[in-house]
Amino acid sequence: MCWFIQTFKSSLGKKYIMAITGFLLGGFLLVHALGNSSVFWGGEAFNSYAHHLHSMGPLVPLFEICLLAVFCLHIITAGYLFFENRAARGSQYAVQTSAGGRTWGSKTMPYTGIIILLFILLHLVNFHFPEKTVEKPISVFVVEVLHGPQALLYLIGLAALLLHISHGFWSLLQTLGISHPKYDQPLRVLAWILAGFMGAVFILVTLLVLFCKSYLAI
Amino acid sequence: MASKTINILVKIWRQNGPYVQGCLEEYPLRDISTDMSFLEMMDVLNENLTRKGQEPIAFDSDCREGICGMCGAVVNGTAHGPQKETTLCQLHMRQFHDGDTVVIEPFRSRGLPIVKDLVVDRSALDRIIQAGGYVSVNTGSPKDANTILVPQHVAEKAMDAAACIGCGACAAACPNGVPMLFLGAKVSQLALLPQGKLESKKRAIEMVLQMDKEGFGNCGNERECENVCPKGIKISNIARLNREFLKASFTIDH
Ligand code: HEM
Ligand code: SF4
Ligand code: FES
Repeated sequence: MCWFIQTFKSSLGKKYIMAITGFLLGGFLLVHALGNSSVFWGGEAFNSYAHHLHSMGPLVPLFEICLLAVFCLHIITAGYLFFENRAARGSQYAVQTSAGGRTWGSKTMPYTGIIILLFILLHLVNFHFPEKTVEKPISVFVVEVLHGPQALLYLIGLAALLLHISHGFWSLLQTLGISHPKYDQPLRVLAWILAGFMGAVFILVTLLVLFCKSYLAI
Repeated sequence: MASKTINILVKIWRQNGPYVQGCLEEYPLRDISTDMSFLEMMDVLNENLTRKGQEPIAFDSDCREGICGMCGAVVNGTAHGPQKETTLCQLHMRQFHDGDTVVIEPFRSRGLPIVKDLVVDRSALDRIIQAGGYVSVNTGSPKDANTILVPQHVAEKAMDAAACIGCGACAAACPNGVPMLFLGAKVSQLALLPQGKLESKKRAIEMVLQMDKEGFGNCGNERECENVCPKGIKISNIARLNREFLKASFTIDH
């Protein structure tokens, strides 16, 4: 078998795919969080950020296609891992306890993953597909969606995302073999801080629009 | 500490053969000395069962001093029982209290099929070791001592990895049933030393592929293994395995 396929078909190889795509998604998430933080400076700033982003021409669809491919790779591989791992467990223990390694995040990876997927679909339907115009810029859409009951779905989706990356960011380092007694603990803390920061930005934006819609007025 | 005796209720997984349905059976035990080892408690139980004309419980053990890797069961949900860095044979009944219920189950993982009661077939681990192949060693006329220099701290790390006794508890504790800590230790102990360098790439690849063939799952970095390993093997060895396999796959030249 071709060495490349053999490598990425193996158990470790599938984990490398998860780690690399997870890293790329994390990178996207960071940029997305920084971009969304323009909401804190009001509706004008937010709309002008969105406008600048979309004036990059052909780069935008190119970026979108890459992101879609990365997502698909992450999700399809996750599906394989989920079913393989469930079968590999064999039978269940009558007494189920944790010896102390698992965290809420690590235990729920496949389930938070599914919630994130549904959330992303909702998110695209809300903001990506509708036509935005000068009369009805993106900030109006954001207020329509987040200043209402749908904000609850957003908070659930974001909580799932936070849980997912709370394990994911450290896990991807371990999977790629990035581990050294000197910087293991700092990296772990850094991964948590990064996950917490992104989660905080998204959740704050949602709460801000939910409770104070005039903030995004133009 | 003065020795005392306790009464306990043990619930043990009984399964007649590899592919039949098993279930938990209850056995009350009286006057168990807290100085007994866990396996001695099992011996007492088997003695009682034999006297009553019942089938004794099948379980594995050999050295009973924590070095051979033959014993092992899941006690109240934890592989090798409640005491950290302790094999089942080195666990003592003083870890339990009067009136306790003790549930004893076999190691469970698709790659370690149950043979009978608490006995599992761990030959998959042997086949992974075999797949690792040989290590080249210079023979011929004797060499001066210390011609191959190994820094002390590296030798220590290799020895820490070599402490793995191949018991399979890591696979039993893993939610995905994979002996990744075992493999990490076995790849690391040689990858760290100059003597193992020549074959290190081939070894990492072959051992991982064999592990996959045996039907184990995929590591999810859950860290349950590290918490049950009787030899205190650390998951930094899994990270080293991950590095070795990645490096080997991309750079091996045959
Ligand atoms: C923005 C969205 C997402 C980000 C940033 C993200 C990030 C990550 C990261 C960093 C990992 C760790 C990789 C490793 O352990 O080496 C991971 C694992 C995982 N992801 Fe995601 N992910 C996202 C979306 C999803 C979605 C939509 C799904 C499923 C439908 C999913 C399912 C999983 C699963 C099941 C794992 C665990 C794999 C394992 O350890 O066995 N993820 N993710
Ligand atoms: S790594 Fe630890 S738990 Fe796994 S087989 Fe070796 S000694 Fe047993
Ligand atoms: S019987 Fe040898 S390690 Fe327990």
